[in-house]
Amino acid sequence: MIKDFEHFAPKTLKEALTLLDKYQDEAKVICGGQSLLILMRQGLVAPEYVIDIKSISELSYIKTDGKGGLKIGALTTHRTIEKSSQMRDGFAVLAEMETRLASIQTRNWGTIGGNLCHGDPAGDPAPVLIALNATLKMASLKGERSLPAEDFTLDYFETALKTGELLTEIIVPAPPAHTGTAYTKFNIIESDLATVGVAASITLGAGDSCQDIRIALGAAAATPMRAKKAEAVLKGKKITDALLAQAGETASTEADPISDMQASEEYRRELVKVLVPRISKEAIARAKKA
Amino acid sequence: MKKELKLKVNGQPYDIFVKPKTLLVEALRDHLALTGTKRGCNSSSCGACTIMLNGMAVKSCSILALQANGAEIVTIEGLAKGTELSPLQKAFLDHGSYQCGFCTAGMLMATTALLTENPKPTKQEIKEGIDGNICRCTGYNSIIRAVTAVVKGEYKEAK
Repeated sequence: MIKDFEHFAPKTLKEALTLLDKYQDEAKVICGGQSLLILMRQGLVAPEYVIDIKSISELSYIKTDGKGGLKIGALTTHRTIEKSSQMRDGFAVLAEMETRLASIQTRNWGTIGGNLCHGDPAGDPAPVLIALNATLKMASLKGERSLPAEDFTLDYFETALKTGELLTEIIVPAPPAHTGTAYTKFNIIESDLATVGVAASITLGAGDSCQDIRIALGAAAATPMRAKKAEAVLKGKKITDALLAQAGETASTEADPISDMQASEEYRRELVKVLVPRISKEAIARAKKA
Repeated sequence: MKKELKLKVNGQPYDIFVKPKTLLVEALRDHLALTGTKRGCNSSSCGACTIMLNGMAVKSCSILALQANGAEIVTIEGLAKGTELSPLQKAFLDHGSYQCGFCTAGMLMATTALLTENPKPTKQEIKEGIDGNICRCTGYNSIIRAVTAVVKGEYKEAK
């Protein structure tokens, strides 16, 4: 049963930030609410004030950053991203990720910013944005600041957002030449959260050696995480199947998954071991075409 | 404290007052007595509460009613024109696309939204269109057959 609360529906970012500043930790921000309302129904979250930012249209957009990258407003729905003609070339992975996020109904109402702010380590957007080296922009009445996507989630359902701050924009830089990015997740039911998710972005250099690499894991630790030790296995080398297998082993060791009703810790490590080489191969195939 | 909520549901304007915690499915069922929309899992998993909001399929159990202020909503009650069922409704009947019927309103709204957006979906796209809807009588194949029949033009829209 949801506890009664007072509801505000600001129409502008300024109004929303003013309300957040006034009510501080007594307030909870809702946007699509596809995650939050479940927690509120379970009584896990029971705010006195709900600041409903769903109708702040100035935060819903997909623009180019003028340098071949994208700027995505935090209130952009999953479905808008999935259907956007701007999700081509190096950004196609974002649309692919969205088609695997929950159901169409959820994607129609839920937003990418809301997903990130929920801070669930099993969420789909975070690993992909980390692999794409995205930056997240936050605003408060005091001003703006930015953080790399990989530093945004601090712990289970805990983000770097400070009291009074809102996530406003996701900046995805243009991928370097000869870069391929891919994402996959393992789950039992298609519309479920990831049991484990893996994103990889690989830039090929001379002789198809791995010039740069970013591997990001979902549901493999308390937060979405970069598998930096696995990246080091591959970086600067000519990639072989043996090396990919080694990177998978390394990633499964540096992951820190939990056991829950979806899967045991061992099972998740095994998934990381299998999926890291598999998705890296896909990223390489894409890099060769990019 | 209750707040004003203006909605247009199946073409009919409504002006009601609801508590902020009221979910859209509760506004429809408990305030407007439109009980065709079912409340199933109440946690965004089963899709029985699917409605169309400004042309999009959404789960009405996972939206605050106040978030739909000013929206145009279509529920299962709005699909038929008078006594003439919609093509999908007719096809569901002919293909036996339900057993207990609890998922049917949600299935019909999800597939209506699908065909509004994409009138010629492939079988895979139809499957994706009902991915968010659970049928516990395992009627998925008959539902896919019904939608396919509509896509093939076997059912005419009521005039």
